[in-house]
Amino acid sequence: MKRPEPVQIVKQRRDVALRALVSGVPYIQYLGMKFDRRGDELTGVLPFDEKLIGNPLLPALHGGVTAAFLEVTAMITLSWSYLWEDIENGNLDFDPVEGMRLPRLPKTVDFSVDYLRSGLPRDAYARAHVNRSGRRYASVHVEGWQDKRTKLFAQATGHFVMPQRR
Amino acid sequence: MTDRLKIARQFIEAIPHSRDLGMTLTDMEDGVAVITMPYDERLIGDPETGVISGGAVSAVMDTCCGAAVMSHPANMGGTATIDLRIDYMRAATPGQTITARAVCYHVTRSVAFVRATATDDDADNPVATATGAFTVEGK
Repeated sequence: MKRPEPVQIVKQRRDVALRALVSGVPYIQYLGMKFDRRGDELTGVLPFDEKLIGNPLLPALHGGVTAAFLEVTAMITLSWSYLWEDIENGNLDFDPVEGMRLPRLPKTVDFSVDYLRSGLPRDAYARAHVNRSGRRYASVHVEGWQDKRTKLFAQATGHFVMPQRR
Repeated sequence: MTDRLKIARQFIEAIPHSRDLGMTLTDMEDGVAVITMPYDERLIGDPETGVISGGAVSAVMDTCCGAAVMSHPANMGGTATIDLRIDYMRAATPGQTITARAVCYHVTRSVAFVRATATDDDADNPVATATGAFTVEGK
């Protein structure tokens, strides 16, 4: 039997892949979004910032920010699940300094957001579930919450066109 | 510029997120609103092409739909999004301003129904369309 790889090697490869996926996109940096990873499970994190406010009187997060946060989480999670096997098998060009050259992100076809309650002026979290990912299309559901995991402030479903392998 | 448009413009420009993205209300009357958002490198979703992220298009669509609801004579106060669906038809051309135009086409006592279109310089060829339901504040 093959010996399992040392844990640091496995973790580093996963983290480099995730960083390559996320850090190259200016809009994700603009929103201030981050991704937490536990094994293959990703959680999108949106730390609160004044510039994300849409209703200064309440105050509440901008509906467009909520939509964008859920869409980015859905898109990154979809891309991540599609790359997972290749990351695990070391099939992607990998360099701890240079990072990784990854395929393009999936393209959103449509995205439908269900606003359940107003987004409070504090950190938000989101997790996406890939309903189906085929060769060309994918369907993804995503849930967003703030203080309580079971008390969603928004959820969404979107369809995506998968990138072509290079 | 009418006083109403001036007040509405100040209202939109007081929204921190809209202000941060440089959104400008250029027209607003009887359930119709037009908002522009200039191209900005911070909004890039595809670094290889410089195309802005769908999320940024969502933000201008949501703001514009809300403005259309608020400009409708049957709605007295503010509004909140109940649901918003966006269809992305094509990539916005890098460097070009996005113009969103929303029409609040039906209002009941509690719900406002809105349709919106986003275009770049090629105004005949939409970048995205949206449909949404918004809350109506009581009389």
